[in-house]
Amino acid sequence: MNLRRDVFQAISDPTRRAILLLLASQSLTAGAIASNFDTARPTVSKHLAILTECELLTQEQTGREIHYHINAKQMKEVADFIEPFRKMWDDRFNKLESIMKKYKKG
Amino acid sequence: MERKTKIDAEKGTQELFITREFALPVDLLFKAYEDAEIVEQWMGTKVVKLENKRQGGYIFETIDPKGNKHIFSGSIHEFVPNQKITRTFEMENTPFGIQLEFLEFEPITEDTCRLKMHVVYRSVAIRDQVLQLPFAQGINMAHNRIQDILRQLK
Repeated sequence: MNLRRDVFQAISDPTRRAILLLLASQSLTAGAIASNFDTARPTVSKHLAILTECELLTQEQTGREIHYHINAKQMKEVADFIEPFRKMWDDRFNKLESIMKKYKKG
Repeated sequence: MERKTKIDAEKGTQELFITREFALPVDLLFKAYEDAEIVEQWMGTKVVKLENKRQGGYIFETIDPKGNKHIFSGSIHEFVPNQKITRTFEMENTPFGIQLEFLEFEPITEDTCRLKMHVVYRSVAIRDQVLQLPFAQGINMAHNRIQDILRQLK
């Protein structure tokens, strides 16, 4: 079976989403990643393989260890991660402002 | 659209600053934080408890579209009307722990004011994860949309 590996397949799994979040702020070895989950180590390896295959993660050999990084190109820069956070607050404050403007008139 | 809300999150620090100017007198902005009914409206949450005083506290509850209940709570340490609120904030049952929030309300003119929120997290890693949270929910939502489309195609 020729299973197409794409970004959406990669993020369809909660463990893989958690791996992406974990790696968003640091690069880690497979062992260090696995230690964050109750899941068996081979299962985590399989998730890492899928994420690497669809280019959300890149591997870097340092000595005998392989570190996993977020692929900046595919995931966008960390700065862009902040935009949804900013937008969430902006929406919330816009709502506050419009409610209080009506409150003032009422 | 005008971007009024500013986020300052310096890399490698465990804090962030949220600044926003409002076309409201400062007492109305403060009221939006003080009055449980108004908090419910703009935060989109149920206010279970809101005890606005030194050594007071609050509990907010929201139900997500899947029916899961989320509880947000904290202790209030300082409460100075129209000036400041200092409180802790926690999303219960998440690994993010407790954060400390300093809210400062200041008038600019009679009809405009500014809110400065200074948020301190336990670590740099936790701050970065919280910053990325809406992004994570975003990819989650994008995925759900794709599932819906695929379901319709079947």
